Amino acid sequence: MNLEIISYSSITSHSASSNGETITENLTDAPFAEFSKSIYKKLEVPYPKFFKMDELSKLAFLAGEIVLKEIDTANWNGEKVAIILGNKNSSLSSDQKHYESFKDRDNYFPSPAIFVYTLPNIMMGELCIRHKIKGENSVFIQEKFDAQFLYDYVQHLFEAEAYEYCITGWADYLPNNYEAHLFLIRKSSGEDKHPSFSENFKQLIR
Amino acid sequence: MENLKEKLKVEIIELLNLEEMTPADIANDEILFGEGLGLDSIDALELIVLLEKNYKLKIENPEEGKKIFRSINTIAEFIESKQ
Repeated sequence: MNLEIISYSSITSHSASSNGETITENLTDAPFAEFSKSIYKKLEVPYPKFFKMDELSKLAFLAGEIVLKEIDTANWNGEKVAIILGNKNSSLSSDQKHYESFKDRDNYFPSPAIFVYTLPNIMMGELCIRHKIKGENSVFIQEKFDAQFLYDYVQHLFEAEAYEYCITGWADYLPNNYEAHLFLIRKSSGEDKHPSFSENFKQLIR
Repeated sequence: MENLKEKLKVEIIELLNLEEMTPADIANDEILFGEGLGLDSIDALELIVLLEKNYKLKIENPEEGKKIFRSINTIAEFIESKQ
């Protein structure tokens, strides 16, 4: 089955981009808390819950907003949409914050708001809630961005089940080392209007 | 009591990441959960931790919590009644 890439987004500590075009740059080398807020404001997203998310979820959320900006997700059939992502460091940043909150037995106040983000699946949940996605959502912990694995998995999903869209790619966060690259995939219309999933996603295999 | 209410608003805004809100945006009698300020169940747990950590007050009974966390007024009254 021929699939095509409808759109793609990228966020690193240097910039955020949509389909290869820069949306905003982190010219002051601002930390993620500041840079993510500037992207959020740039995108003009009315979603206050963003500020309650952990960093990994914020990263994926922003990349999701960019990759889906041309899609009316309020009215799409969420049952026919899947998300399959790769990630290296799981929710390690939140895990460490959580640990800091209870390691001192004399100052033992674990934060429920941090605890709920101590799984990478929560990032997927935030994306599903935001975009009403009800299909398969899976995040695979990988040593590095395994594009071959993700390509095979997504290709199989479309062939085995009647999905209309799939968001795939990579979202990984450590305080000074983070990146998200999301791709919106669907069955090829045959018009050669969008890049082929097969030819273009495989270029990422390294 | 007014100072306590202002302090609570500052603490809640910071603790719950109510970005772009100021203490002036929260009325003393505004309903905190549901249709009011829109706080959720995780926020409620954070408020329980806040009372324990900053005011050494424990809430054991969930029904009691519902009444205490109704508004800034009710939280302040609870703290005052225990001090």
